[in-house]
Amino acid sequence: MSHLIVLPVVLPALLAPVMAMAMRHDLVLQRTFGLAGQVALLALAVVLAVQAFTTGEIHVYELGAWPAPFGIVLVLDRLSATMLTLSALLGVMVTLYAIGSGWDRRGWHFHALFAFQMMGVNGAFLTGDAFNLFVFFEVLLIASYGLVIHSGGAFRLRAGLQYVVMNLAGSTLFLFALGTLYAVLGTLNMADMAIKAAAVAPEDAALLAVGAVLLLLVFAVKAAAFPVQFWLPATYSAAPAPVAALFAIMTKVGAYAIIRVYTLIFGEGTPELSALVSAMLLPAALVTLVVGAVGVLGSARLERAIAFSVLASMGTLLTAIALFTPAGLTAALYYMVHSTFAGAALFLVADLVRRGQEGGRRPHGVTVAFYFVAAIAMAGMPPLTGFLGKVFVLQAAAPAEGAPVIWGVILVTSLVLIVGFTRLGSALFWKTAPVPDGDPPDAGGGLALPGGLAAAAAALPVAALALMTLASGPVAEAMDRTAAQLIDRPTYIRAVLDPAEPSAEGLRRGGGAHDRGADDPVAPGRGAAPEEEAE
Amino acid sequence: MGIAQPLSQTDPTLALIAALPFIGALFPGLMIRAGRTACAASAAAATLAALILLLTRAPAVMGGTMIEARIGWMPQIGLEAALRLDGLGLMFGIMILGVGLLIQLYARWYLSRADQAGQFYTYLMLFQGAMLGIVLSENVLLLLVFWELTSLSSFLLIGYWRHLPEGRQGARMALTVTGLGGLALIGGMLLLAQAAGSTELTEILARGDQVRESPLYVPALLLILVGCFTKSAQFPFHFWLPHAMAAPTPVSAYLHSATMVKAGIFLMARLWPVLAGTEIWFYLVATTGLVTMVIGAAIALFKDDLKALLAFSTVSHLGLITMLLGFGTADAAGVAILHILMHVMFKAALFMTAGIVDHEAHTRDIKRLGGLLSLMPITAAIAIVTALSMAGMIPFNGFISKELMLEETTHFAWAGSDLALPVAATVGALLSFAYSLRFIAHVFLGPVRDDYPHTPHDPPFGMYAAPLLLAVAVIVTGLFSDATLGALQTAAADATTNGAFEYHTLKLWHGVTPALMMSGVAALGGLLVLAFHAPLARGWAARGPFFAKDAFDWGMEKAAAAAAAATDRAHDGAITRYLAIFAIATLAAGAGAFAIGNHGPGSRPPVPVTTVDAVGWALLVAATLSMLVLYRQRLLVLVLLGIVGLIVSLAFVHLSAPDLAMTQVSVEVVSIILLLLALNFLPQTDPEPDPLPRRLRDGAIAAAVGLGVGVLSWMLMTRDFETISGYYLENAKPGGGGTNVVNVILVDFRGFDTFGEIIVLGIAALAIFALVEALLDGRASARLANWRPAAPRAADRHPMMMVVATRLMMPISLTVGGYIFLRGHNEPGGGFIAGLVVAIALLMQYMASGFAWAQERVRIPYHTFIGLGVLIAGLTGIGAWFAGYPFLTSWYDYFHIPPIEEFELASAMAFDLGVFLTVVGAVMLALYSLSRIARRTGEEVNVEAMDYDPSVEAPTGRRT
Repeated sequence: MSHLIVLPVVLPALLAPVMAMAMRHDLVLQRTFGLAGQVALLALAVVLAVQAFTTGEIHVYELGAWPAPFGIVLVLDRLSATMLTLSALLGVMVTLYAIGSGWDRRGWHFHALFAFQMMGVNGAFLTGDAFNLFVFFEVLLIASYGLVIHSGGAFRLRAGLQYVVMNLAGSTLFLFALGTLYAVLGTLNMADMAIKAAAVAPEDAALLAVGAVLLLLVFAVKAAAFPVQFWLPATYSAAPAPVAALFAIMTKVGAYAIIRVYTLIFGEGTPELSALVSAMLLPAALVTLVVGAVGVLGSARLERAIAFSVLASMGTLLTAIALFTPAGLTAALYYMVHSTFAGAALFLVADLVRRGQEGGRRPHGVTVAFYFVAAIAMAGMPPLTGFLGKVFVLQAAAPAEGAPVIWGVILVTSLVLIVGFTRLGSALFWKTAPVPDGDPPDAGGGLALPGGLAAAAAALPVAALALMTLASGPVAEAMDRTAAQLIDRPTYIRAVLDPAEPSAEGLRRGGGAHDRGADDPVAPGRGAAPEEEAE
Repeated sequence: MGIAQPLSQTDPTLALIAALPFIGALFPGLMIRAGRTACAASAAAATLAALILLLTRAPAVMGGTMIEARIGWMPQIGLEAALRLDGLGLMFGIMILGVGLLIQLYARWYLSRADQAGQFYTYLMLFQGAMLGIVLSENVLLLLVFWELTSLSSFLLIGYWRHLPEGRQGARMALTVTGLGGLALIGGMLLLAQAAGSTELTEILARGDQVRESPLYVPALLLILVGCFTKSAQFPFHFWLPHAMAAPTPVSAYLHSATMVKAGIFLMARLWPVLAGTEIWFYLVATTGLVTMVIGAAIALFKDDLKALLAFSTVSHLGLITMLLGFGTADAAGVAILHILMHVMFKAALFMTAGIVDHEAHTRDIKRLGGLLSLMPITAAIAIVTALSMAGMIPFNGFISKELMLEETTHFAWAGSDLALPVAATVGALLSFAYSLRFIAHVFLGPVRDDYPHTPHDPPFGMYAAPLLLAVAVIVTGLFSDATLGALQTAAADATTNGAFEYHTLKLWHGVTPALMMSGVAALGGLLVLAFHAPLARGWAARGPFFAKDAFDWGMEKAAAAAAAATDRAHDGAITRYLAIFAIATLAAGAGAFAIGNHGPGSRPPVPVTTVDAVGWALLVAATLSMLVLYRQRLLVLVLLGIVGLIVSLAFVHLSAPDLAMTQVSVEVVSIILLLLALNFLPQTDPEPDPLPRRLRDGAIAAAVGLGVGVLSWMLMTRDFETISGYYLENAKPGGGGTNVVNVILVDFRGFDTFGEIIVLGIAALAIFALVEALLDGRASARLANWRPAAPRAADRHPMMMVVATRLMMPISLTVGGYIFLRGHNEPGGGFIAGLVVAIALLMQYMASGFAWAQERVRIPYHTFIGLGVLIAGLTGIGAWFAGYPFLTSWYDYFHIPPIEEFELASAMAFDLGVFLTVVGAVMLALYSLSRIARRTGEEVNVEAMDYDPSVEAPTGRRT
């Protein structure tokens, strides 16, 4: 049994308390261990991703050696592995930036909270249990709240309040939704829920639908979809830059949960529910896109504009997800990777600009170039991933019923985004340019050369976008295989409920070996066997 | 079609040709350190290399071979880095690279020392690469990529003089309009690819009939044409081009005469075999072209800015080419191709001349110029030759294509009228003749003036070399058109029309034809118009100017302001509204979902209601309703919260859930104490209650949500359902070693959840700590320091009775905590509750004697409690790994050590210890943080345990 799967959760969970307990008075120690932890997480994620992508096998980890659906399981499939890798990559970049820019010095427990945050995110991506997902939502919510208000300041606290209140409301709803679903399905394991949902009694259908829809709203709050997106712009624009950059993955947790739950539990097994969810999500996604784009145009502050552009990209992403087709999912996953890096890149670049301004200096050419590239990517202009992702989404949406509307909204909002980013960039970088006075221009002296590590760290997400552009073929292929695995529900369900390697027998207990009934196919509460489902 | 398919041949060199400009973009930024000449040369070297490589492929291409190169990119969306070189691509490639070279030479002299030449050449090379990419693309998505790249790089070039507002605004306008077109084009191309079933041009071009019959043809055509028209500045999108003239002149000459604006034309030519030939194509394209030609020429005639005149003349000529493509016959397309070639030569030269005049005379206002012929004869000669070509005068090259164009117009009827096209075309030619002559007459002819801003003279050779070369080309290609351009035109037109083009020998003199007569009319009319230019210009001005730019800027400002108003108002941080929207959305979504599903009422009979139940229920309802009224009175709200918590705890007791009840009660106590302490620092006066309508509205929403939840709960609780809980009951003892199933669930079955939740608690405490520290470092610190309690404080804040009582209770509480902890696995209790109990015991000490006094008696920092707690829980989980089991697998056994009775040891206890420590640490750290705030407000710290200690004679001292 490989314990690698649980490490992305356990490693930060142990590292963070050590940092909070033993290292809280020494920044160098915190930085060293914080960075080492992030790098280790990245290495882990890569190993897991290689596993997931080479074999295509779904790895299940039964916590406490309790078999599903009774115990909690962690499930590693391609989607989880992708998300882990994405968040780990972002984690390393952002940690480097936080160190390079000195943001981590401006308050307490930055690295500990950061590690907890990664723990929450990783756990949410790995868990195969709906209630455990709630727990990890809590972990990442409270850690992210701590990060949002890192270094204090009235506007940050105000924004943080919006964030935490809205998300706590979401958490409450999460409990209602889980209560409803548990009452109808009698289980919390997602694979088991999938079986039960497909075989739900006719008189329970309405309540099941209520549970499914409430859950969608919960995830919509996380993903900042209309009409529960209001918290995002203020929060993201007020958060410290590295935190805002890290938050590029936070909205993706919501998107991930939507993908997971509405392909697995309420996917093909429950066609009416799937249609209902799609019918609710698609308009919401399009409105989100519009709100985001219009917000970018209307923003006078760069950070606020970026926050709105994150909203817009969530709109595009959710549009692709809402199609709930293999093509839509592939496009969504590709776009999700892109949007994460683009959002992070913009926030880090904005901070570079801001730091230069505070020193009374004009932005350096390198900073401007970063902005240009990141904004191009975010607005979806060629040749970067934003464009490719958008074309991907457009193509996936072509067979959909509302294709003309989807196309129209995506294309028109792109223009609005371009105009918005151009106005901001022009005001920020061009208007401040001095009038040439006949002297040869200096080659950089007097300009705000961004500090070494900070600038290098800010370059990483930009570089990631460029690399992803070049490697679009392989990336899209991988996402295609990921989507294929998502659509193949029976395999997932079998992997969780009928693991090939029987679950570890209990430790020596109570003076005698005892069988926990892992091989007992008619354990209480188990419904139809997954084989039946497969047919 | 019907003609043999061209041979094709794969040649990786093509990829190199396409890449060279991008490679060349890397150098100027560095080479500028070696001077402007080195910088320009480094860029030019790449262009020259690409041009030479391209020319070596020319013979094969003109022989009908198509050269291809292909690199995989993103097959999932049909995107390949696939390149093709055919006649059309070759012609454009030569134009792009050839004119590019001349521009690089010219710009070397044009840019001053103050300009950042390195950046300029970098942008220029990026643009060149993008433009070359368009004409060499085989894959339509790749073409889109390059297409948008030209928009982006031209944005940088137009805004190159970033200190000039016109430059910035012009750049933004150009990007907005071409960006709009680009997005339309994305849509159009994707539709086209769908209709044709391929993203490869070769495939698409071969499936013209299939595409034209597809229902997607019309939307695809419309979208693609929007892309082409915006790029090529066709009416009504023509307005951006003149404002792009804020760019340095080399940019105008390159982008806005030779290359970028021709991209739209190129695309129409490229897709001509697929899209052309239908009625809608003819009317849309030919008409737009014609209108643009006439309007552009008319505006050009009345422009006083040299570059604006040339810009509108470009608009007009692009209209002419568009119109020819719109006719939809191979002959007309061939003429269009020819005019593209001619136009590049004379227009690039004219722009460069205008730049020279501007550079030398420091103005390009025609009204301030005149008589330059004798001052700068070489420049004047170049200008006159090229302008006459623009006017379509024999024997220059412009004449040939203009004659052919006029002839083509006589072949087509427009909406049934044979005359419409020839007449309109003649008017266009007339106006064109007039402004060309005006360019010559009003700038170079006439008397020498004495009020030039700067006395002009001919520039150094380097600056006029490029236009001179082009002027020579204008003459040579005019005189020897067949020999110089025939083959190229044939190759390009062949490629454009899929081989349907038949070459007619190019020559100056065709005899007296209708076209020649139309030319004659145009020339005479043009002279007449020029003679009356002054009064006409006054009339034109009196017509009232329509400034597209003002309208555009106004629209943009309004749009941005409206966007700001809408989004700012919606996202203004009003949490109440956010929550109201959230609540309504939830209610609506839930109700909607319920409505579509099938619902059968539950069959489970309700539990009989006892008096106690009814009282509890009444209290709960009363407390909740009171909250709706009293929500602004903070202290009362806390009391109400306490009531609700208590009733809930009692309900747990009533429903036989002692663990939950104990947890709930202790959580209530801790949280109410902490909330009360925090309340201390809120304003002592209650905020004004909201106006009644708002309260009614919010109350209604709250009540609706509450009822919704109630109804949902009712429906859930009145039905029987099967769950997995039976398994927990069965396995708690044999599998988890405990008889208290709730505790076994918490520490074993779902220990991972608990692990997560204690971490949540720990994080919350850390976050509170960090928040308070930040608060005390920030501006709030000063406010706290000046903070005065509104009400007088009690004199005896640490009363003796309380101190004594809490001291006595301390060991008892700790024992109870330990007891609850130990029995947890089998009886109600456990680490979480024990932690809360101990925390309450400690809290009371702090309340009795003040935080600082108690703090000094704590040896271990609270951070350590939390850290150790999480670590112990985590390490307990990891312990299972060494036995080969998953994280958090539990172990237990029974031991018998005489004389103690047999007892059980379980790993779950260690885990529970972690829970216990974390809970204690988290609560205490929160308290500590609150007390830090209190200290900052000047609260005194007592040295002794109580304010008045009867065992000591003198009153105890205090320190601040």
